[in-house]
Amino acid sequence: MISSNAKNDDCQGNTVATIEDLHKSYMLGHMELPVLKGLNLSFYEGEYVSIMGPSGSGKSTLLNILGCLDKPTAGRYWLGDDDVSTLNDNQLSAIRGRQIGFVFQSFNLIRQLDIVENIEVAMYYQRVPKHQRRQRAILLAERVGLGDRMKHRPFELSGGQQQRVAIARALANDPLIILADEPTGNLDSQSGAEILEVLDELNAQGKTIIVVTHDEMISSRTHRSVHLLDGQIERIQPNGKG
Amino acid sequence: MFSQLAAILLISLRSLWMHRLRSGLTMLGIVFGVASVIAMLAIGEGASRHAQEQIARLGSTNIILKTVKPPDQEVADASEQTIQEYGLRYNDAERFRETIPDAQVVVPVRRKPQQVLYQSRRITAEIVGTVPWYTELAPIEELLGRFLSPMDIHYSQAVCVIDETVLNNLFKFDDPIRQDVRISGEYYRVIGVVRDISAASEINDTSSLHASSQGNGVSGSVYIPLSTMKGRFGETQIQIGGTSGMSGEKIELDEITIKVPSMEHVLPTRDVLANLLEQHHKKKDYQIIVPLELLRQAAERKRIFSIVLGSIAAISLLVGGIGIMNIMLATVSERTREIGIRRALGARRSDIIVQFLSETILLTLIGGVLGMALGVVIPVLVTLFSHGQMPTVITSGAMILSFGISAGIGLTFGLYPAYQAANMDPIESLRHE
Repeated sequence: MISSNAKNDDCQGNTVATIEDLHKSYMLGHMELPVLKGLNLSFYEGEYVSIMGPSGSGKSTLLNILGCLDKPTAGRYWLGDDDVSTLNDNQLSAIRGRQIGFVFQSFNLIRQLDIVENIEVAMYYQRVPKHQRRQRAILLAERVGLGDRMKHRPFELSGGQQQRVAIARALANDPLIILADEPTGNLDSQSGAEILEVLDELNAQGKTIIVVTHDEMISSRTHRSVHLLDGQIERIQPNGKG
Repeated sequence: MFSQLAAILLISLRSLWMHRLRSGLTMLGIVFGVASVIAMLAIGEGASRHAQEQIARLGSTNIILKTVKPPDQEVADASEQTIQEYGLRYNDAERFRETIPDAQVVVPVRRKPQQVLYQSRRITAEIVGTVPWYTELAPIEELLGRFLSPMDIHYSQAVCVIDETVLNNLFKFDDPIRQDVRISGEYYRVIGVVRDISAASEINDTSSLHASSQGNGVSGSVYIPLSTMKGRFGETQIQIGGTSGMSGEKIELDEITIKVPSMEHVLPTRDVLANLLEQHHKKKDYQIIVPLELLRQAAERKRIFSIVLGSIAAISLLVGGIGIMNIMLATVSERTREIGIRRALGARRSDIIVQFLSETILLTLIGGVLGMALGVVIPVLVTLFSHGQMPTVITSGAMILSFGISAGIGLTFGLYPAYQAANMDPIESLRHE
């Protein structure tokens, strides 16, 4: 069986996420446009993986499916103990909130909320009590070095600081994986380097991180780089760090 | 649970506050809608209560018969006669007293506008010829001296009782009692002063049921014994002029009021009266007025009035609601990205619905409360500027109703935008700029 192969091939540790023969197609009128054509991949606990590939290779689609924002057309996706491909919208929302921490290229903070409140939002939807939420948000803000900016609104911060808030928010519910989509794409090289250091640090503390990027500089910092081409895995390249 | 709700409302309030101008303008539709509901209900309620009080003053246990000129066709039959004879008679009153056991009081009245003079002052007042028990059913109160007595009637005394209007016009600061006033060339001694307690008698048409010939510069009343009136003024009135050169009218009584012991007696007695009158009057030269029926009609009118006002208010609220829906749809599309972020962070569809719905409901509730405040002020101003002629009554029912309506509007017109927000594709909305 393909599934048993995929799950048991490597014995680097526990898998946190596994995709099996994953297909995704979009309908363009009456034409079926396949984007992902049968991917098999496992992510292990504490791993730092980059997904690379040119535009149109299916990176974003894969990221959306890994982030439970989209469902595969065929195939399976296991996240922790859940078979995500069978879940309904409410269950997917719950998985997103609890198991996944998103870090976006354009930060995606909510502009009418201050830093602490932005971090709290993720916990709000998990019904974490108010005082507990606040406490943890402050702790996380301090952890990413924004302890003195907690009452600021996003537009009062630099890009690098905003991305730190986004990382703090991604950590709020202690998720299984952190999904970062071009996390340094909107940053100058200085801030970008700082953000990458934060990610390295998180990984060193045991967080599983999947980062989607064009940037060789970033992928070279990860354990493995998965190269996509035309909706298929072209090659998986270990970077000698794992 | 309560803190959860408070948190949702606080977040909504902040979103609304971010777009103060837009929220405020959107709210105006609801503010005016709710204000108009309350104001209209208050004015409607006030008008109907006013009318009911006026009618009630006529006495809900009274039946009023009035002389009316018979229809023209029947007048044509009697065109040879120079003097037209019609109306209620003394023997009608007599007959009622004898045949209707339920009638507690039967009061015949004759009315005629005349100039009343005292020294150099004059006033055109209504001369009311009546009987001592008139006071039992009329809305008057004795102020000075006494009202007419049976002896006055028996001896056809030349005495009169004046009301406050006449008192103020003729006597100013003099004591009127035992003074003589001149009416139509004859002297009458003032024996008492009364006050009309149907407060707005000069302005409201329902009170003119009592004072039939008021208007045309006639103000105030002078009460004299009915027998004196019959003796001195006669019953025939000649008018010179018109097409036939000279015409005359002979009327014995202008009005007979019958009082029955309770409201249950009103309608049966009315039927008996109608029968009696039909038997003895060939022409329909009388009118039966039943204040109790007027009250019922007033209640029915109020119901219709409320339906009409309610529809108008409903339309204005509908317009306000559509305005709110419009703005909320704009807000939702403007905040597409925020919706995407929240969805990515684990918000369920229902969380998004709750967020936008609570914003809309909060908007309409604030609008509703402001509208209630405005709606309370408007009726007060209406009453003030109409110098009390348009009374208004604000009922707690109207307040509760309009509060409920504004919440309902928020719910109804907020649902669609909220569903739109919730059903957005998170991937698409995250890409939205």
